[in-house]
Amino acid sequence: MTQTTYLKQITAALFDAMRADERVFVIGEDVAEGGPYTATAGLVEEFGTERVINTPISEAAICGVAIGAAQSGRRPVLEIMFIDFISLALDQLVNQAAKAHFMSGGQLTVPLVLRTQGGAGQRGGAQHSQSLESWLTHIPGLKVVMPSRAADIHGLLASSIADPNPVVFVENKTLYFRREEVPENPEPVPIGRARTLRDGGDVTIVALSRLVGEALAAADRLAEEGVEAEVIDPRTLVPLDLEAVVGSVRRTNRLVVAHEAVEHGGFGAEIAAAVQAAAFDHLDAPIERVGAPFTPVPLSPTLEDAYLPGADEVYAAARATLR
Amino acid sequence: MTKERSPLDASEALGLLRTMWRIRLFEQRVGELKRADEVHGLIHLSVGQEAVAAGVCMQLRDDDAVYSGHRAHGHAIAKGAPLERVLAELMGRADGLCRGLGGSMHLVDVEHGFMGATGVVGGNVPMALGSALAARLAGADQVAVVFFGDGAVQTGHFAESVNLATLWALPVILVCENNGFAEFTPRSAHTKVERVSDLVAPYELTRETVDGNDVLAVRDTFGRFLDAARGGLGPFLLECLTYRLRGHYEGDPAEYREAIAAADWQEKDPILRLERRGVAEGWFGEEDAAAAGREAQQAVEEAVRFARESPYTDPSVVEELTYAT
Repeated sequence: MTQTTYLKQITAALFDAMRADERVFVIGEDVAEGGPYTATAGLVEEFGTERVINTPISEAAICGVAIGAAQSGRRPVLEIMFIDFISLALDQLVNQAAKAHFMSGGQLTVPLVLRTQGGAGQRGGAQHSQSLESWLTHIPGLKVVMPSRAADIHGLLASSIADPNPVVFVENKTLYFRREEVPENPEPVPIGRARTLRDGGDVTIVALSRLVGEALAAADRLAEEGVEAEVIDPRTLVPLDLEAVVGSVRRTNRLVVAHEAVEHGGFGAEIAAAVQAAAFDHLDAPIERVGAPFTPVPLSPTLEDAYLPGADEVYAAARATLR
Repeated sequence: MTKERSPLDASEALGLLRTMWRIRLFEQRVGELKRADEVHGLIHLSVGQEAVAAGVCMQLRDDDAVYSGHRAHGHAIAKGAPLERVLAELMGRADGLCRGLGGSMHLVDVEHGFMGATGVVGGNVPMALGSALAARLAGADQVAVVFFGDGAVQTGHFAESVNLATLWALPVILVCENNGFAEFTPRSAHTKVERVSDLVAPYELTRETVDGNDVLAVRDTFGRFLDAARGGLGPFLLECLTYRLRGHYEGDPAEYREAIAAADWQEKDPILRLERRGVAEGWFGEEDAAAAGREAQQAVEEAVRFARESPYTDPSVVEELTYAT
């Protein structure tokens, strides 16, 4: 085992992919300078500005450029600096990338990775803090990956780059700099495979991205009270490893779904609906959802802290399933 | 430009005429089939604009990427897409270019470098830049071409793409078919800038405006741009002033404009113009010109037979093709 960070594993995965396959290139605003969080730092020194392409602030066009290059045989890794700005690229992503393979009767493929990051907690205000992944999960043709840990982000990014489909890779800015233990050699992680991070027989907690750590903290607290929670990180939302979730619920008979995105219309609703359809008879309590309130993210520290769902909310939700 | 174009010869002139006839008669037939409910979806015809498609696409190689918009039949046909597979696509059949999943606004024929039409105006422009970028990254001399109308020029996609294409000096040729109407509205109601070539002037983009109903003018100017782009230069903008004989879509009563007088159209019609010119220049005789029309008519009727006999697409394809494997 070795100590590293979520962010350094992203950079390492980009280096590895670009060394292994000359078709891979990185494109986005400030990527040659490393970007605001240094995710692409050092790439330009090894691969040059031909393969590490800085762009103007033109999210719509650069997404289109990446799609055109992808369907012409290249493997672009496009960075959209904040997921909040993906709104500007959605026409390309939704109307072009997601549908090109389908609408062409299978002639075109778009092996594009769109890396972006979301999440609140850094006083970024309502336009730099959102969790918008559920928008993307609603679009057939896109895959949506949402890593929570340094240990598997390398493998997930490698699989995303190797995938023949457009993949939206949603990082979380508050996870970037945490020191974490990872195996010496990063393990391959297939897209569509969940990971059970803690075994337990009393309640299943499915958590996304930053909420995975919060769910593990809640599980520790529950364990002190004699309740064993099983914590599952789906890692990819589309395709979703529903089998792993349903298998767990069949044993625990209780489910909490937790994410930072606004609860209303969030991906937790999809998981809850899918689980009740597959395992209604196994549920001993209503499925509980944890998510942010139906408001924009506030700026003021006291307001933002109160807004953000965390371990307390996950704990309370788990408790609610046990009443 | 790097060198003079080789002069037009008789076979190329006849080739342009044949292609324009194929597009014209195909689209007129599609209009009839639409009224008979045999082709499906929103149908946008380019009748009257054939010179642009032919003058551009017939000079390209199969491995040059062409992108188009919602009015795409002519571009696809001129780039080499087989008539019968285009028509089968419009009819939603299994033998359609896209197995019936795309339709009129989303024609794709990768084998012939027709990388795709898009139904969202302006969205095709940056994708063409991406194909040009891919060619450069691969060290290839392929050129990317994108067709769009004057309506697309007001989109953000266009403005962003012109900036990127010039900034990166991409080997891409932007071909604007300026027919004076964005859907149902004259250009003057949308912008103060009459000529698209003026709009891009500050970017120092090499650009020219030509009579888009003169296939030879299109062919000559585009050819010079193509030679330069093939040599790694770019980008270029070719603005073709043209005229859409039909409404915005099939079924459009076109009450927003006056019909062109038949006599005026005789003067403008790109096919009649090439026929007159070709006979006068001795490139072909009147009988050759008439034969070009007859052959195109036969090819269209064969395409109709082929498409009608093609089965509807198996439903399993829908799920199968949502993701690539």
